[in-house]
Amino acid sequence: MKYWRKPLDQDKVKPVHGRIILINERCKGCGFCVKFCPRNVLEESERVNAKGYHLVDAVKEDECVACGLCEAICPDFAIKVEIENAKEPTGV
Amino acid sequence: MSGNNDYTQIDNLLREDRMPHIWCPGCGLGSVLHSFLTALNKSEVPLDKVSVVSGIGCTGRTAGYVKLDSFHTTHGRAIPFATGLKLANPELKVIVFSGDGDIGSIGGNHLIHAARRNMDLTVICVNNFIYGMTGGQVAPTTPLNARTSTSPYGCFDRPFNLPKLVTAAGATYVARWTAMHVRRLEKAIVEALLKPGFSFVEVIAPCPTQYGRKNRQSTGLAQMDYYKENSIIKHGADTKDVDIDLNGQIVIGKFVDIECPTFYDLQTEILGKTFPHMSKTQAEEASA
Ligand code: SF4
Ligand code: SF4
Repeated sequence: MKYWRKPLDQDKVKPVHGRIILINERCKGCGFCVKFCPRNVLEESERVNAKGYHLVDAVKEDECVACGLCEAICPDFAIKVEIENAKEPTGV
Repeated sequence: MSGNNDYTQIDNLLREDRMPHIWCPGCGLGSVLHSFLTALNKSEVPLDKVSVVSGIGCTGRTAGYVKLDSFHTTHGRAIPFATGLKLANPELKVIVFSGDGDIGSIGGNHLIHAARRNMDLTVICVNNFIYGMTGGQVAPTTPLNARTSTSPYGCFDRPFNLPKLVTAAGATYVARWTAMHVRRLEKAIVEALLKPGFSFVEVIAPCPTQYGRKNRQSTGLAQMDYYKENSIIKHGADTKDVDIDLNGQIVIGKFVDIECPTFYDLQTEILGKTFPHMSKTQAEEASA
């Protein structure tokens, strides 16, 4: 991760890392998660579900900081974020 | 999301068997419901003392999606049903979750009188500027010039400014957020839940199907984006300055947070003079 100033406790704090669980049959392709993820983890994909909605892929899952915003903003309750600790996200 | 301290999961409160819900793609109601359920968990109110009351409309479907005691009432009458629940059992935490048409129009009188009496209710009013479920008719909150199925040349009725209305009627907590401001909305709902007295949270939410499509914001995402770009947070703003114009700026924030005796306080105090068994301490003893 790139910082504009090196945090004093950088070596002590391990950034949290998230794992994205997508419940594809609930997704309606609104795109909120893709747009509002602060780290651009998600991307609309070519895949569609049974109802024909375009699904999303967690293309940059390594970048996820488990803020939970995608889970909170998803109007269809189709995303869950699980915390995976102790894994340093790679460069921005 | 498991294991994160500042975040609570909502699986315990959502009826997953009813998913996917009926709301359209890009509708903001699901996001608002998510914020509400998270707030409910964060507020730590005992869940067996919570009841959710909804009226009719797209927002009114909420009552059917929560794993809580809930009431799907007649059109506009969510607040009277909630008032009845609260009077019959003052220990309950009663939440009204309904739309602008239901609460502001058909139930408009109930709204102002519940605020006047300072009934101890939490009202979450999702305002999408339209009657979504019935075909996109003009609502009392539709901004001037907005197009709807019954105002094809632009709406020429002046809209209600709901925060101003409830503030004037006597509400003790008044806030407005949008469906995009999930975290701040969560915080506001926690505050509203814990506030004794009439608390009112207006949530501006996208309805792409009926409103956005006719007003140059054809998707829910376009509407959310508009909220992101055009919302100004002004805590303590005078509610007379928070009118919403078509495609104009939206003033959001916590507008009112005052202390006032609730209906129950005054009832026990005043009736307690004549009927000592109704005085508050005894009422509390009885419920203890
Ligand atoms: S948890 Fe946060 S960082 Fe991770 S994908 Fe969701 S919105 Fe992006
Ligand atoms: S009509 Fe509007 S409010 Fe109703 S579910 Fe569709 S988008 Fe949501």
